[in-house]
Amino acid sequence: MDRAVAIDVSHLSKSYDGHPAVTDVSFQVYAGEIFGLLGPNGAGKSTILRTLITLLSPTSGHATIFGLDSLGDADRVRQVIGYVPQERAIDRFLTGREHLELLAALYHLPKEEARRRIAELLKLVELETHADRPAKTYSGGMKRKLDIACGLLPDPKVLFLDEPTLGLDVQSRLKIWDYVRLLKTRGMTVVMTTNYLDEADQLCDRLAIIDSGRIKTIGSPVELKVGLGGDIVSLTLKESDTARSLESALKGQPAIKAVRTTAKGLDIRVESPEKALPAILETANRLGCSVEFIQYNRPRLDDVFIAHTGRRIEEPAGDAP
Amino acid sequence: MMQYWQEINALTMRWVRRLSREKFSMLFTLVQPMLFWLIFFGNLFQRAADTQVTQAPNYISFLAAGVVVMTVLNNGLAGGVDLLFDKENGFLERLMSTPIHRTSVILSRFIFVMTITSLQVLVILGVAFLFGVHPATGLLGIAAILLIGMMFGVGLTAISMAMAFSVKSHGDFFSVLGFLSLPMIFLSSALVPLSAMPGWMSVLAKFNPMTWAIDAVRPLILSSWSEALPHVAMVAIVMIVFDGLCLYGGAKAFRRAMG
Repeated sequence: MDRAVAIDVSHLSKSYDGHPAVTDVSFQVYAGEIFGLLGPNGAGKSTILRTLITLLSPTSGHATIFGLDSLGDADRVRQVIGYVPQERAIDRFLTGREHLELLAALYHLPKEEARRRIAELLKLVELETHADRPAKTYSGGMKRKLDIACGLLPDPKVLFLDEPTLGLDVQSRLKIWDYVRLLKTRGMTVVMTTNYLDEADQLCDRLAIIDSGRIKTIGSPVELKVGLGGDIVSLTLKESDTARSLESALKGQPAIKAVRTTAKGLDIRVESPEKALPAILETANRLGCSVEFIQYNRPRLDDVFIAHTGRRIEEPAGDAP
Repeated sequence: MMQYWQEINALTMRWVRRLSREKFSMLFTLVQPMLFWLIFFGNLFQRAADTQVTQAPNYISFLAAGVVVMTVLNNGLAGGVDLLFDKENGFLERLMSTPIHRTSVILSRFIFVMTITSLQVLVILGVAFLFGVHPATGLLGIAAILLIGMMFGVGLTAISMAMAFSVKSHGDFFSVLGFLSLPMIFLSSALVPLSAMPGWMSVLAKFNPMTWAIDAVRPLILSSWSEALPHVAMVAIVMIVFDGLCLYGGAKAFRRAMG
């Protein structure tokens, strides 16, 4: 099935004063999908996003949105995109409705259409009752809803969300995920940045893992997890210094694909648990390592991240890649 | 063109709405501290100021021109503050991600600051009038004063916006502001005529665009068109150069901040 390409990023790089933020990034987003940029803070996700919405110009490479170049056709790109920024980008003194009216004027909408859209949006994000109160009276969740309404006002073809559920409570997060899925059913393409593994896993059709300004891998959550090629057996060892010797003993064995030491013991990637588990336990016994706890997982996105970047998403990056 | 107008209108009305919502800010905006300079300082130095030196009937009428231009100075230098806050909380990004002309936000700010400044200048001239200061060149002279104020204000607002786009934290912005304002006032002809200043100060004051503005506004208030015109012509040239430099610097700062 040939899917239309909504966004095409080609060898994009961005440096600030010689310091590279994003290096040689290439990917495509298909029309109508939810695409995620997953990575820790400082990975370069926001830089990529802001380049796509024409707020930054690339140092090299280019990006096109529905065929329009983000640099050369910036004005036309801005007509078809919506943006929900990371911070609560609202004016405390204006009411919710005034925010939408201001934006409607900036998108050059005729008054009647503006009125209609604003009414629809306020209903969609459930801000009707508060629409005419100043934004400073809004709770964090309401401000976020206003942000989303603002992003949707121009009825964009692509909606860009920068860390949409950062710092929100569980209920608000689930609500926002529902909105995003609803937008997808309406045919909107959604590009979002996130540092939440569960968000990337559950919401995104496809995602790119970004670390230290580079793309490490791209694919759907399922593809990426299957691509790891195997399930994970996690051992918690009684004495963690025995981990090293157990690691070397296990490494060569046929059922074992990879071994990694963790704070508590070992993470072992195996082909099939029926063959691997007995081998692991036998080796541990032979070396006299006491195994306190065994856990067996299908691969999680967490494991995908570790596999491609060498560390957990919460851990800070090492020096230059 | 219609679209440009729609953008500017909406953006400028935002500043107006914000001002009208902050009741205290609005009050202080109109009842300016500058008025206190005029009323208290002007009356206080009545006898200490030598009319031979000031060449004016009383000190308050001498000071009026200085206070008018000081108002323009303060408003202009503070003109970029709201943009600084917009930049910091991400609202500016939101605005710039829409298809507006890249100059709309800045232009709306200029329009707003110039309008408010002009209103304040009128209030100051009005209060001075109550203290017996009657502009010698009448309504036309007042129009000329407003024009001079706006020309000076444009350059100052450009400086302020350039600072707003360039500083890393808003503490820097306010520090620089405080550091610039008072020296600019004292090293000008606002409080004392150029001829009566110590040598080194009058030399520095000559490089201050405020001095040129004040020396054009003062004869418009105190003397006549024939006395004022040469000064008005000179200040026009000074301001064109000043504004040119400031707008150029401001545009560069803006482009750099926009990535």
